[in-house]
Amino acid sequence: MAERAEPVITPALVAGLGVAGFLAALSLGTVAVVAAAADTPGHLGAGDWAALKFTLSQALVSAALSTILAIPVARALARRRFFGRDLLITLLGAPFILPVIVAVLGLLAVYGRGGLISELLVALGYAPLSIYGFRGVVLAHVFFNLPLATRLLLQGWQRVPGEHFLLAAQLGMSTRDINRVIERPILRSVLPGAFATIFLLCVTSFAVALTLGGGPRATTIELAIYQAFRFDFDMGRAALLALMQFAIGAGAAVFAWRLARDGAPGAGLGRVARRWDCAGFAARIIDGAVLAAVSLFLLAPLAMVLLRGVFGLGLLDAGAVTALVRSVIVALMSTALTLGMALVLGTAVARHGAGHMAGWIESAGHLSLAASPMVIGTGLFILLYPLVDPASVALAVTALVNAVMSLPFALRALVPVMRHVQSVEGMLADSLDMGGWARFRLVTWPAIRPAAGFAAGLAAALSMGDLGVVALFADPDAATLPLYLYRLMGSYRMEAAQGAALLLVAVSIMLFRLFDWLGKGA
Amino acid sequence: MLQLAGVEIRQGDFLLAADWRIARGVRLALIGPSGAGKSTLLASIAGFLEPDAGRILIDGHDMRGTPPGKRPVSLLFQEHNLFPYLTVWQNVALGLRPDLKLSADERRLVARSLDEVGLAGMDGRLPAALSGGQRQRVALARALLRDRPLLLLDEPFAALGPALRGEMLDLVRRITDKSGATLLMVTHDPRDAARIADLTSLVSAGQAHAPVPTGELLRNPPAALRDYLG
Repeated sequence: MAERAEPVITPALVAGLGVAGFLAALSLGTVAVVAAAADTPGHLGAGDWAALKFTLSQALVSAALSTILAIPVARALARRRFFGRDLLITLLGAPFILPVIVAVLGLLAVYGRGGLISELLVALGYAPLSIYGFRGVVLAHVFFNLPLATRLLLQGWQRVPGEHFLLAAQLGMSTRDINRVIERPILRSVLPGAFATIFLLCVTSFAVALTLGGGPRATTIELAIYQAFRFDFDMGRAALLALMQFAIGAGAAVFAWRLARDGAPGAGLGRVARRWDCAGFAARIIDGAVLAAVSLFLLAPLAMVLLRGVFGLGLLDAGAVTALVRSVIVALMSTALTLGMALVLGTAVARHGAGHMAGWIESAGHLSLAASPMVIGTGLFILLYPLVDPASVALAVTALVNAVMSLPFALRALVPVMRHVQSVEGMLADSLDMGGWARFRLVTWPAIRPAAGFAAGLAAALSMGDLGVVALFADPDAATLPLYLYRLMGSYRMEAAQGAALLLVAVSIMLFRLFDWLGKGA
Repeated sequence: MLQLAGVEIRQGDFLLAADWRIARGVRLALIGPSGAGKSTLLASIAGFLEPDAGRILIDGHDMRGTPPGKRPVSLLFQEHNLFPYLTVWQNVALGLRPDLKLSADERRLVARSLDEVGLAGMDGRLPAALSGGQRQRVALARALLRDRPLLLLDEPFAALGPALRGEMLDLVRRITDKSGATLLMVTHDPRDAARIADLTSLVSAGQAHAPVPTGELLRNPPAALRDYLG
């Protein structure tokens, strides 16, 4: 009687394929549009090849520094229990939702020409620092990615069964033995994926290069696309650069994907394995110094934004408020789009986890990691240019691009939970013949609600802080708050910019907390 | 040999008290419901957590403040007894020298203990390539090699089938007979206790009761044990 299981076409699968197709069109289709608009090859100038070289070299150095520096930090966090440890781990998550431009302002306030350290140097009779160019771009990237690398490594430590550390203690292993037997295998399994992930994030970075780079020697491809468009209006060159960007992004994404697949996200970071080998004075001093240094590195720029921002708030005019309202509207639209797409893709992937289709659908959700927002923006610009005034749809396009850019992170938060629900309660739901909306509402949603809230919070904060495609589209009178802030910096109104930065970061965090709280609510 | 003098271990609401001693060479089973504190008691004898009150003495020495590596104890966990990136041989050899720099004599000892647990020729395998029973044999070979006077088993055979479990218990009996080690073993199953343990301590309601001869206890179980056995 038993029939062989045939691949079933469910509404969930159809919807998933629909969204996946849309994403493919947006990510790859825009590349095709861009390619069609491109001149014949060979129009890339020396400056463009310099941009390629700069993009790769800064990403390599940033990724290497972030991962190497993260090793002692993660090790200290994994083996020390201390007051404020949870707070520090929360702080390590903060840069992810921190608007890039705010971090840049904070870094300038500490390391810049007029920053704290320069003031001290000048008072002592030395020349002030300058962080524009390669050094500044790498500094900002390490600021963002050292915490990420630390968290990824710490997750590696958390995956080691507690018994192994007890066993090490029982066998009387020294710190060196534990390093060889337990910790080096962790690093071998986590470091390549962390490196590739950070390399990918740095390759596609735009706002950092826009604010701290620039000039012939410190321009990323992403920035070069923007400039080709905005200043030279050279579509062909922009298209070629977009293709180059996509090739590098896709290559790095595939690498990161392969190397980082084992990482089970959502693993708690709270456990501290009790250790008997590193109770000595020297080891404790070293760990303490490492943790103090990383805390200072992360907190000093944030503290400067807070301190100077308070004074700058009074200098903001009505334009800032309008820009804030625009940003919030864009963020809310973008959040709704991200969450909607993530739920559709996640449902399809969870229900059809074993099939090829699910793999394609999940990959489509991550396409934007390879396709940079500038590539998508360029494509959309070319498409829309003959039809409407691009400035008039700038905000809607920004919301859409932001939503697509946040999608990989939303999927990372949601898909494992949705898979888990499917594996635990899926069979029961099947046996009760629960399907469609009832199944989602009664079985899936209650279980994934916290993850969905977190994903929505991420999407909202990322969109709030985005300074990317909006710079390409929006005219000066339709700026979002990050763009408004960038223009304040450009006209050297630094105090007002600090005020806008404080406003931006406060609202970003509030939106993140709001959605996270809604997810966790009763 | 092992003396628990007014030992009390607290973890939040949880309390475990024990006040008894056993002689050298005894094989003792700890039996009782989950969550009663059997594993906690073994962990504190092994030095992973200090009791909140009382003293743990081994051969008359107070163990307070002695780190796990310096105690005359080997503990086998239910799982994760092997480091996954080390071979069978390396996992066993750790028992002699954590830096794995072994002399020729020490190498012979490793080979002999592997032979003893029936794993001769498996030296180069990784734990992932072994069955559950084989993995615990490797852990036993290491305990054998360390030759500590007190062997603690925290249900390392619980996941094995009945026949294999019996086989492993017989192996443990042979090993302890030969070395004269004292054995404490946690179990859920009275048949395990009957198979190997001279004495059994019932752990329930916050108390590790004084050990009594296993046969007697099972023939004439007190109320708490009857409730547990059903």
